Amino acid sequence: MKKLLNVFIALIILIILIAMSGVMYVVDETKQVVITQFGKPVGNPITNAGLHFKKPFIQKARYFEKRLLEWDGDPNQIPTNDKKYIWVDATARWKIVDALKFLQSVNNEMGAHARIDDIINSATRDTITRHLLVETVRNSNRIVDEVKEVGKDVIITDEALERIEVGRNKLEEIILHDAKELAPKYGIELVDVRIKRVNYVEDVRRKVYDRMISERKRAAEQYRSEGQGRRAEIDGQRGKELKLITSEAYRQAEGLKGKADAEVIGIYAAAYNQDPEFYSFLKTLETYKKTIDENSTIILTTDSDYYKYLKGLNLIK
Amino acid sequence: MEYGGNGQDDLERMINLGKQKLSKFGGVVPLIVVGLFILILLKSAIYSIGPDEVGVVRRFGKYIAPPVGSGLHMKLPFGIDKVIPVKVERIFKQEFGVRTLRSGVRTQYSTGSYLDESLMLTGDLNILDVRWIVQFRVKDPVQLLFNTRDPEDNVRDISEVVMRRFVGNYSVDEVLSTKREEIDDLAHIEMQKILDKYETGIQIVTVKLQDVNPPDEVKPAFNEVNEAKQERERVINQARQAYNKIIPRAKGEAEQTIREAEGYALDKINRAKGEAERFSTVLAEYKKAPDITQKRLYLETMMEVLPNAKEKYIIDPKQSSILPLLNLGQKGGVK
Repeated sequence: MKKLLNVFIALIILIILIAMSGVMYVVDETKQVVITQFGKPVGNPITNAGLHFKKPFIQKARYFEKRLLEWDGDPNQIPTNDKKYIWVDATARWKIVDALKFLQSVNNEMGAHARIDDIINSATRDTITRHLLVETVRNSNRIVDEVKEVGKDVIITDEALERIEVGRNKLEEIILHDAKELAPKYGIELVDVRIKRVNYVEDVRRKVYDRMISERKRAAEQYRSEGQGRRAEIDGQRGKELKLITSEAYRQAEGLKGKADAEVIGIYAAAYNQDPEFYSFLKTLETYKKTIDENSTIILTTDSDYYKYLKGLNLIK
Repeated sequence: MEYGGNGQDDLERMINLGKQKLSKFGGVVPLIVVGLFILILLKSAIYSIGPDEVGVVRRFGKYIAPPVGSGLHMKLPFGIDKVIPVKVERIFKQEFGVRTLRSGVRTQYSTGSYLDESLMLTGDLNILDVRWIVQFRVKDPVQLLFNTRDPEDNVRDISEVVMRRFVGNYSVDEVLSTKREEIDDLAHIEMQKILDKYETGIQIVTVKLQDVNPPDEVKPAFNEVNEAKQERERVINQARQAYNKIIPRAKGEAEQTIREAEGYALDKINRAKGEAERFSTVLAEYKKAPDITQKRLYLETMMEVLPNAKEKYIIDPKQSSILPLLNLGQKGGVK
């Protein structure tokens, strides 16, 4: 029991001594190590994780990142090919692929960042300057095609309707391609460069706001007048239909009346033609009845039928 | 790098103490020492993983597969094995264009910086204030820990890159209304693609546009457009209303006019037929004795008519001078 304990304790002590003497060092999954002897690198970088050994005291382990690292530059003011000033903010991903070279050329991440700043900023500047603004904003020509389809209900500047040939994605690829070439001498690989933000500089932004406002106002006017136009159209249609309906009705009514009147004439003619004399006689009598009233003055000659008996009787003489 | 931190100092003290005590062949004290030692050992050898986590174990910095599930586990003590618990069930959220305190690579963020994040260019070269969220979870804890240094910053950066690229491909009005879901979906797919390329071990759950607004300076103009659209609808509706009010009524009235005409026709014709019939009947009787009937009718009419007249004059046509007048009305008629 006691012996076992002694052995165990001795073992622990041994391990601790070894750990403290600097013979062993641990490489984490996220790290790689360059061993330096009196400040000079010795051998190849150690990239596999686990427990490693070195000479104590004279050799030092220098740790470097093995993971994908990020780079985020300051925004740059860059003029595009069509002389628009924009802020461009890029971001990149890089890794240390050759720790030895890295140690010798830039020493640490701070130094690396400075180099990457130079590389990417100049690549970005060159690329953006060579292209139109729309190329950095848009990625395809879908807006242009869309406008053709939808027609006039879309409010869009002519400038934005330029067809692009490259597009944002391609520009990123160009920047990456240009920047990639310069990275290996620092033991660095540039994995990716992306345009994170593109924004107008302040005074351009003001102008854009003004343009947006005037565009919207124009559209608002258009919508309003469209409304008025449609209203006039509907009102006109209404007036037309109203006239059509009333005149059509009038025409039909008059037609019907005419037909009836004609028929009536026929009926009368057929009846009275049986004896026109008698009809005239009857009708005349009827008109007497209808027309003679208390305001009428009647002058009768003694020749009239009404007096012929009077004369015949010789009463008046 | 530290191997077990305080545990190591404690341990050394214990060992020294233990050595002294052992040389004295002590009875109880060594036992206490050993007991303490075992306690410390256990403390650094036993760990627990929560129900929503997995533990990623590294021995001397090297990853030992596979990740351990929840519960109590043993590991080698004193910093030989290290365990990092990773929450694999939890959904994390990142907000964009909203004020949140964040630490990142970049520190030159001013207080109004959230506008830098949310103001972006649209495909028609306008400016929009776009705010969105990204939800994500860990799909591969090993990749998450060992492949990228700042997984969260990767999510942030890539999200901005992708969202701005897609917003830059659509027009203002599309981003504001019609194509929001489309942009969500495209951004989701594209983000995942890039994160997978970086081997971040992160799975995007959703990308969702939140508030999308025109910048404050141009908001009134945008509202004006909406109002104008509404006004257009209103005016058109009014016109339709007027149309609907008048036209059906006119149709009804037209119908009425026609019916009235038909009525008139019927009326006229019936009356004519009636009169014709009457005449025919009368004529038939008259023909049996025309002379006498004629005389009778004439005289009857005169009887009826003459009393009504105010003045009557009788003239003898043979006299060319002024006629003597006989006032029949005052004489009481025929003698």
